[in-house]
Amino acid sequence: MNVIVQSELGPGATVIVDRSALDSLLAAIAAQGYHVVGPTVGDGAIVYGDVSSSAELPVGWSDEQDGGTYRLRRRDDQAVFGYAVGPQSWKQFLHPPNLRLWRARRGEDGTGLEILEEPTPSPRYAFIGVRSCELHAIAIQDQVFLPGAHPDRAYAARREDILLVAVNCGEPGGTCFCVSMDTGPKASSGYDLALTEVLDGERHHFVVEVGTDRGALVLADVPHRAAHDADLAAAAEVTAGAVARMGREMPAVDLRALLLANYEHPRWDDVAERCLTCGNCTMVCPTCFCTSVEDTADLAGDEAERWRRWDSCFSLSFSHLTGGDARSSSRSRYRQWMTHKLATWVDQFGTSGCVGCGRCITWCPVGIDITEEVSAILSNPTPSADAT
Amino acid sequence: MTPRAHRVVSRRGETADTWTLALEPLPGEELPLFAPGQFGMLYAFGVGEIPISVSGASTALDPLRCTVRSVGSVSAALCATAPGDVVGLRGPFGSRWPLAEATAGDVVIVAGGLGLAPLRPAIHHVLAHRNEYGRVIVCYGGRSADELLFMSELEVWRGRFDLDIDVIVDIAGPDWHGKVGVVTKLVELAAFDPDRTFALLCGPEVMLRFGALTLRKRGVPVERCYISMERNMHCAIAQCGHCQFGPKFICREGPVQRYDEVEPWLKIGEL
Ligand SMILES: Cc1cc2nc3c(=O)[nH]c(=O)nc-3n(C[C@H](O)[C@H](O)[C@H](O)COP(=O)(O)OP(=O)(O)OC[C@H]3O[C@@H](n4cnc5c(N)ncnc54)[C@H](O)[C@@H]3O)c2cc1C
Ligand code: SF4
Ligand code: SF4
Repeated sequence: MNVIVQSELGPGATVIVDRSALDSLLAAIAAQGYHVVGPTVGDGAIVYGDVSSSAELPVGWSDEQDGGTYRLRRRDDQAVFGYAVGPQSWKQFLHPPNLRLWRARRGEDGTGLEILEEPTPSPRYAFIGVRSCELHAIAIQDQVFLPGAHPDRAYAARREDILLVAVNCGEPGGTCFCVSMDTGPKASSGYDLALTEVLDGERHHFVVEVGTDRGALVLADVPHRAAHDADLAAAAEVTAGAVARMGREMPAVDLRALLLANYEHPRWDDVAERCLTCGNCTMVCPTCFCTSVEDTADLAGDEAERWRRWDSCFSLSFSHLTGGDARSSSRSRYRQWMTHKLATWVDQFGTSGCVGCGRCITWCPVGIDITEEVSAILSNPTPSADAT
Repeated sequence: MTPRAHRVVSRRGETADTWTLALEPLPGEELPLFAPGQFGMLYAFGVGEIPISVSGASTALDPLRCTVRSVGSVSAALCATAPGDVVGLRGPFGSRWPLAEATAGDVVIVAGGLGLAPLRPAIHHVLAHRNEYGRVIVCYGGRSADELLFMSELEVWRGRFDLDIDVIVDIAGPDWHGKVGVVTKLVELAAFDPDRTFALLCGPEVMLRFGALTLRKRGVPVERCYISMERNMHCAIAQCGHCQFGPKFICREGPVQRYDEVEPWLKIGEL
């Protein structure tokens, strides 16, 4: 049976799944043993949580986003994925904010050291509604945690058996700029299935592109029909509409070269006046990966634990050294964050660390906008102080 | 990566706040092979874990050693261990001193204060392979005489004919009859052939900068100067983000780095 299914539905195939069959898709994914997580409405925002039926998805909801502003609003249609990205990203599942790494016990004689490593079972997540920028963000975190001599066990286990059901954006947010980062709005790779929601008049269905055999296997159990040229054209129109309505734009220059040449630009003083160094931007960013570890012991001192928690380059303790913190001014901390995102990330991991999702702009309490900061430096570059 | 249990086999006071611990893996644990310049993450039970360079690189002549200055909670807990106590150790991590590259030429070692600790295994290596190197010069500076490390060993080295060592202090007490000033002064006076010299430097960042400057003035190209750098570190495997220095992760590309590769970045304040 598999052979026939895969020859029809293998990677590269495109089919139509009606809105009415979306529950069947969710059920088919769950039936394969996945832990299904998707967008839901909660706390005045679109947040990710367990999902078992399409009624739990943000049907008929959209969002309004701008620097420092996020508001949910009702749509005048019943679109399921008619919103942009919310404050959360999938990194909270793959790279949890708080994680116990191990527990330790003293040995029999009270002086030994026995380490009990935290088990890392694979939760087999299926993520529903992953945007193109988020697929890129996952690929970027893969480069942080998986290569090299010491891959992160916790990340690897969570990442391993994942099913990624992407949704191509039709309704970008006011702070999105994926087009200028070349990361969207249409998923180009890294998905198992990619959905484009087509909704006009009576017609409400998903144009589904199959990315992998795993995706095909799920789809095999879901009512679907052949996609015709007109369907593909309708899906392309959805993407084109998103491109046209993109909220923001990153200047199309060599950002790495620009920032490495401008470590001493006066704009850093200007942004330092506005930045509260609260670290919100790093918490919401889907690629920011920094952590700190915390060691604790019980009162008797016989048992100890190590926890790893998200940390931020905006905190003063982050660069603490006995002789004095390496980055004590907020100027140097904002500069570190933005220069890392857009410039030194390229040196470290081969890509930009920014996917243009706009979260850092929306969730900055004072609305600092990374695209605007780049533009300001670009419009008045200081040719001195080239670090390379 | 989890810490492996090591027993403290001896503990020696170096200065009022600095101790050298000799470590031995518990039975069943492998002896980790640290190269001179590399560091490990030393764990004090329930208190925390900090990066510490090895000051003894577990050779046939010298056990695995760490020299720790008590400056905060974790280092204080490590300094307070007694022989028999168990600590955790992860590693080896990071880059090494260029001891293979430096053969056939002169080796100039410039250390400030605690900076002699990561250089000690390099000195041991050079002395153990003495015929492979030209002149060997150690310039050691400290704030005052009671802040100098490895006193008895300094005296032994001083008695050798195949090693030029000189020590200088910023502030001379009544008992100090040696040189007074900054360590770069020793570099200015030292006799070496700049055309075939490798220089290894460790100490406070200002000392590294002025040390390299002096060496350059003496004709040693920056490509043959190496420094060991310090940054905050939590994971030591380039995943926690703390030790970033421009494009580099000091835990991975460092701590030992060729000076010309870090020089432009050192000029940027609060990088
Ligand atoms: C590669 C390398 C080699 C080193 N070698 C030595 C050595 O041989 N001997 C020695 O005495 N010291 C060495 N240090 C410095 C030593 O790691 C710090 O003195 C130590 O981390 C201070 O921790 P603390 O808890 O005692 O002090 P606190 O100042 O109270 O530190 C509080 C917390 O801040 C963090 N922290 C502070 N300084 C550092 C730091 N430099 N790196 C990482 N985290 C830090 C730790 O999480 C620590 O628990 C080295 C540092 C590096 C990066
Ligand atoms: S830097 Fe801002 S726009 Fe870029 S990926 Fe992070 S949160 Fe999104
Ligand atoms: S840029 Fe905004 S979100 Fe980021 S630390 Fe500054 S004030 Fe907070």
